[in-house]
Amino acid sequence: MCLGIPGRIIEINGFVARVDVAGAMKEADLRLMQEARPGDFVIIHAGFAIEKVDEAKARDTLDLIKEIAGK
Amino acid sequence: MKYVDEFRKREEAQGLLRKIREISRREVSIMEICGTHTHSISKYGVREALPPNIRLISGPGCPVCVTSAADVNRLLDFSRSRRDVVIATFGDMMKVPGSSSSLQEEKARGGDIRVVYSPLGALDIAREDTGREVVLFAVGFETTVPTVAATMLAAREEGLKNFSVLSLHKLTPPAMRALMDTGEIDIDGFICPGHVTAIIGAGAYGFLATEYGSPCVVAGFEPIDAIMGIYMLVRQLEEGRKDIEIEYDRVVTWDGNLKAQEVMRSVFEPADSLWRGIGNIPGSGLRIRDEFADMDAEKRFSIPPGEDAEPRGCKCGSVLKGLITPDACPLFAKACTPEFPIGPCMVSSEGTCAAFFKYRRAA
Repeated sequence: MCLGIPGRIIEINGFVARVDVAGAMKEADLRLMQEARPGDFVIIHAGFAIEKVDEAKARDTLDLIKEIAGK
Repeated sequence: MKYVDEFRKREEAQGLLRKIREISRREVSIMEICGTHTHSISKYGVREALPPNIRLISGPGCPVCVTSAADVNRLLDFSRSRRDVVIATFGDMMKVPGSSSSLQEEKARGGDIRVVYSPLGALDIAREDTGREVVLFAVGFETTVPTVAATMLAAREEGLKNFSVLSLHKLTPPAMRALMDTGEIDIDGFICPGHVTAIIGAGAYGFLATEYGSPCVVAGFEPIDAIMGIYMLVRQLEEGRKDIEIEYDRVVTWDGNLKAQEVMRSVFEPADSLWRGIGNIPGSGLRIRDEFADMDAEKRFSIPPGEDAEPRGCKCGSVLKGLITPDACPLFAKACTPEFPIGPCMVSSEGTCAAFFKYRRAA
């Protein structure tokens, strides 16, 4: 039930964002976010954006995984 | 970057598993708390790919499964006694068997019970028909709680008078402490839930390292995330470290989502809560604060407690505590299947029994 899916915010109207989730458009409520802007990736759970996804950290994690897996 | 496919690559998965086999010497038991991890691990055959000295144990990380039999019966009694009320709940609750029926059966018998994907869906129902009471049966961990709290704040702001919540929410860290305190099971380390931790922050597990000597790794839910989390935990155990580490740091921080915590705290306060298989755990549930008593279904309808009776022969309690794997239950895949479930662990899409059933390897 804690399933969350990543999506990219396309536009924001008040508390509601239109989010691109793997090509499908969904609505996400932004009331739990400190701040969010179009272009941000967020994790959506039960109709709410619950946290941002940090791209730089994702890349670092992938690099680390590749390094360990390749050794 | 889509944050999905990048974390599903076979080559990396195999490389990490090879690396785990290379560094692993000790016999260790690792508990993955979250049902979503259990499914990811089962789906990608991670359990079978690990060396035999690493045992993965599934924990009480499915909110529907840990809802006590007494609470399930209470929901059913309520829906039977108040056919005038619209009940909204998440899909996984519908098929959970109580002593004499399930919400799905009550719906077939005329109860107005509706599945919502978001708590906001319950608000939509209340808005459409302000002449009827709408009660949200709210189960869930810290990931879901803020969404229910935000929905209640929205209802108040809007002045909706016909919406209330029955809070059966549960908190993760007190349950982890309770499991360690039972002394029934040896857990050397934890894979902690990514999205619960996105809200509460990885700092919340500090007590496991300091008081219980258990290292923790907070992992994401894609297969590579789960395997990397296991690798990081195994490395800690081999090196004798007891740290809290974050694999899923693209989403999880040490402090968590402070805004969501504030929303949650403004509506709920900790309370004792009954867990299936484990019993009462102090401070592991959430009750609605007095300021929101008008939205507390418990107060509004004075809902009496339900019968506390487990389905006959069901071993969900032992599965939830990690004492047995589902295949050790005599009912598993025989009397109890996803189509005709006897216990909640087979019903919920996140239940351990459902995961074992769905991804059974042909012997």
